[in-house]
Amino acid sequence: MSFETVIGLEVHVELKTKSKIFCGCSTAFGAPPNTHTCPVCLGHPGVLPVLNKQAVEYAMKAAMALNCRVADVTKFDRKNYFYPDNPKAYQISQFDKPVGEHGWIDIEVNGKKKRIGITRLHLEEDAGKLTHVDGQGHSLVDFNRVGTPLIEIVSEPDLRSPEEAYAYLEKLKAIMQYIEVSDCKMEEGSLRCDANISLRPVGQEEFGTKTELKNLNSFAFVQKGLAYEEERQAEVLSSGGEILQETRRWDEKGNKTLLMRVKEGSEDYRYFPDPDLVDFYLDEDWKESVRRTIPELPDARKERYVNELDLPEYDAGVLTQQKAMSDFFEACLVAGGPAKPLSNWLMGEVNRYLNANGKEIGDVPLTPGALVKMIDLIEKGTISSKIAKTVFAELMENGGDPENIVKEKGLVQISDEGEIRRMVNDVLDANEQSIADYKEGKQKAIGFLVGQVMKASRGKANPQLVNQLLVEEIQKR
Amino acid sequence: MRITKNQVKHVANLARLEFSEKEMEVFAKQLDDIIGYAEQLNELDTTNVKPTSHVLDISNVLRADEVRQSLSNEAALKNAPDQADGQVKVPSVLE
Amino acid sequence: MSLFDQRIKDIHELLHKREVSVTDLVAESYKRIEEVEGKVEAFLHLNEEAARKAAREMDDHLVSKGVDGALFGLPAGLKDNIVTKGLRTTCASKLLDNFIPVHDATVVQKLHAAGAVTIGKLNMDEFAMGSSNENSGYKLTRNPWNTERVPGGSSGGSAASVAAGEVLFSLGSDTGGSIREPAAFCGVVGMKPTYGRVSRFGLVAFASSLDQIGPLTRTVEDNAYVLNAISGYDKLDSTSANVEVPDYTAGLTGDIKGLKIAVPKEYLGEGVNAEVRVHIEQALTTLEGLGATWEEVSLPHSKYAVAAYYILASSEASANLARFDGIRYGVRVEEDNLIDTYKKSRSQGFGDEVKRRIMLGTFALSSGYYDAYYKKAQQVRTLIKQDFDDVLAQYDVIIGPTAPTTAFQIGEQVNDPLTMYANDILTIPVNLAGVPAISVPAGFAYGLPIGLQIIGKHFAESMVYRVAHAFEQATNFHMEAPKL
Repeated sequence: MSFETVIGLEVHVELKTKSKIFCGCSTAFGAPPNTHTCPVCLGHPGVLPVLNKQAVEYAMKAAMALNCRVADVTKFDRKNYFYPDNPKAYQISQFDKPVGEHGWIDIEVNGKKKRIGITRLHLEEDAGKLTHVDGQGHSLVDFNRVGTPLIEIVSEPDLRSPEEAYAYLEKLKAIMQYIEVSDCKMEEGSLRCDANISLRPVGQEEFGTKTELKNLNSFAFVQKGLAYEEERQAEVLSSGGEILQETRRWDEKGNKTLLMRVKEGSEDYRYFPDPDLVDFYLDEDWKESVRRTIPELPDARKERYVNELDLPEYDAGVLTQQKAMSDFFEACLVAGGPAKPLSNWLMGEVNRYLNANGKEIGDVPLTPGALVKMIDLIEKGTISSKIAKTVFAELMENGGDPENIVKEKGLVQISDEGEIRRMVNDVLDANEQSIADYKEGKQKAIGFLVGQVMKASRGKANPQLVNQLLVEEIQKR
Repeated sequence: MRITKNQVKHVANLARLEFSEKEMEVFAKQLDDIIGYAEQLNELDTTNVKPTSHVLDISNVLRADEVRQSLSNEAALKNAPDQADGQVKVPSVLE
Repeated sequence: MSLFDQRIKDIHELLHKREVSVTDLVAESYKRIEEVEGKVEAFLHLNEEAARKAAREMDDHLVSKGVDGALFGLPAGLKDNIVTKGLRTTCASKLLDNFIPVHDATVVQKLHAAGAVTIGKLNMDEFAMGSSNENSGYKLTRNPWNTERVPGGSSGGSAASVAAGEVLFSLGSDTGGSIREPAAFCGVVGMKPTYGRVSRFGLVAFASSLDQIGPLTRTVEDNAYVLNAISGYDKLDSTSANVEVPDYTAGLTGDIKGLKIAVPKEYLGEGVNAEVRVHIEQALTTLEGLGATWEEVSLPHSKYAVAAYYILASSEASANLARFDGIRYGVRVEEDNLIDTYKKSRSQGFGDEVKRRIMLGTFALSSGYYDAYYKKAQQVRTLIKQDFDDVLAQYDVIIGPTAPTTAFQIGEQVNDPLTMYANDILTIPVNLAGVPAISVPAGFAYGLPIGLQIIGKHFAESMVYRVAHAFEQATNFHMEAPKL
């Protein structure tokens, strides 16, 4: 039997407000445990929440960027459950009037475009951090993170493969970064993902029983976990077995999903409107003022790069995937750089360097102005592309002005015909055998001779000129 | 009985309360009486009546995104029944 | 005569003339507590050392700046569900036996700013759930007029301490009558302000959409002084109203000529004790004598108020009290695993009434029952509020008894929740509608006080005080004090 995979994702994104959603404690990551708390976020007796305006605006902005219908009235509800990281034993969340509903984003897998529906986007407070102490029979709670504003983005069950899930997450993250509502750092937990997956026989309308995957610490794990689960479920179903509604986690070491718990019916969270918070009317003026802060989003940018800059689709896609890279490229254009050579450098040397060093474009001293100038030096023939690599390495490591680097390191290309001709003749004098080989038709010999001249010039000779003069001088002999 | 003992057990578990068998019987009876009493609300037709969550017409109460002084670690843990390493210590959450 | 038989205005005059010091006032308070507390048992914990120290500092201040603050130097008691920084706050629950708040409630800050001195924390029904104070996890507060009787609840300690002259005024909280009923039972003046009038920040929540803090005093004028000091918008409470606070003492002229009073027939119906009814009828005659007119009206949905209230208040409470789990504060009963720790801590920490309401609320919110109970009760709340809006559109105030009976015997109703709930039948609708209401002494039956309830429009506390004050001046029941 062949199966169709059905995947839905729930993504939690921490909003990068300065203070928490319902109190004035800082949201900064990495503080010593329990130093960013107050009676409000600790759920002390008698405290009350007051909503952070910035959190609402970030949520509205995200909802708009995800093409959601933004609510006219939104409100908060209490979601009741006991857990040590949940101080009030209820989480302030949104039940029936979320900030956004009925959105979508477009993804692309193997050149095929697809629209993925977004069911809802709602605002809520984050929980604290629980650390399990191995073998000690107890756990420790740090409440610093409690009350950090979160948006939960729930997709429709429109995803049909782990690859689509991966593409959806990449796109979602890019959009969140473009609109600057979150850092989206999975390693710091500012973006987290739970996945639901089920299989159904091809052609069947109704969904199969789904399992939920948690503890997915990177997009790669989401993809791997889903791929594993896809295979596991197919095996179970093919052998006549039954999928249980359960929560599983990705086991990094074992490269498989493991059972966390079997769900007994649906959880009873007893949602009801939080009487401590009032209704929030998101009127047209407010929406408009938020809408105006949304910058050009990745899809629009990509289209512009293709249509206006004549970049290949592939280049445009790579350049727009991360906002920081795309912004860097934009700044290079403003500085007068040519689009295609810039794209080649950014996708090639720059990305290679960043990947090799685990860095982001913002982490290195290279400036858009410097990159543009370097490319200009190449185009004018002041430096060779070979020399350029030396200059580039210097720009990535220490920054600076390419012209100065070229001057200080004496890297200017030698294009003086007389000087090169002299070097060519010196090399030819010392390599009689190679001349003979060349004349016998061994083309490789010319390469060796070019190399010798370049070496003699310490790489500064204009290679095209070297080639041309070598041929001329050999023919004279 | 409108409410069964099993329901009472389920609700007690949701509320993280426990009762002896005897207490359970008394509670089940009392809850049943109260819920029975509450059923008089069904005499009223509320078909098009809006539910009241807030008695006053207050909306859009918001605060600016400003960081305020937090408690010291010591103050935050002052009332904690058990603590270790600047954190609240709780029985293991792993079963 | 005790110093506390005098009024705020008189005491301030004495302070002003240096005939008495703040130290004297505070000493008087603790002396009186020493004398009568054994009979009344109004206090859970005292703040003696800090209060005496504050008094000495205030006396220095008195020398340089005079009487500086509307409540300057006045000894006050606080219901123990109002959090006080560094001063134990238990809500009369064993679960919070060791809890010491790290911040002050907004009302406490306001009281301090106005110059009041906190004498101690007052007994109550655990987490404000009850009408007799018999649900306290610690002690039984007794009615100063008859110590075999309950003081009412849940602010029983707040009412009894004022009636017994232990403090000059106290703060209580009122969710379904918890200020007014004990005020009526103990023969003092108790005001439940409009919902949103006084900040709830620092009031340990029972039912967030109904709770309101208010003053208990010997006279209407004193009550107005205290409400002046604690009212107003608080940016820490999203539900506090950004509405101007008038001077509540301004309209206390004794003149109520031409005012229109509504008397709901449901408030003098069969559930109301005959002696109570007689006194309310006399009160209406008194008010007529002062030039007001009254007419019988109907609040047709009143009979549903108790049912709606118990569903709504218990539902909110089930969530509000979930934080008492023994994890971050309070008394933890440590077990091997988390779930048992939760269950043991909560089951041993909470008393029966609290558990009963948590169970009811959890049930009403649970899957499959929400619409039938919680939502239905919210809809009925709308109808009850509409009743009040309709009547108050035509009348200045609504008047009736505060409670259907006088203070009952200790132990009389404790085993029957539904009978106990019926004590609040005349006060609960007011909380559901969110309007202000006061209870003022209206006479005695067999030596036990009877309370007259005066209800006004949203934010019309001034009108409520005006009528209450005129009645008080015409009757002088407030001059009586219990013999202890």
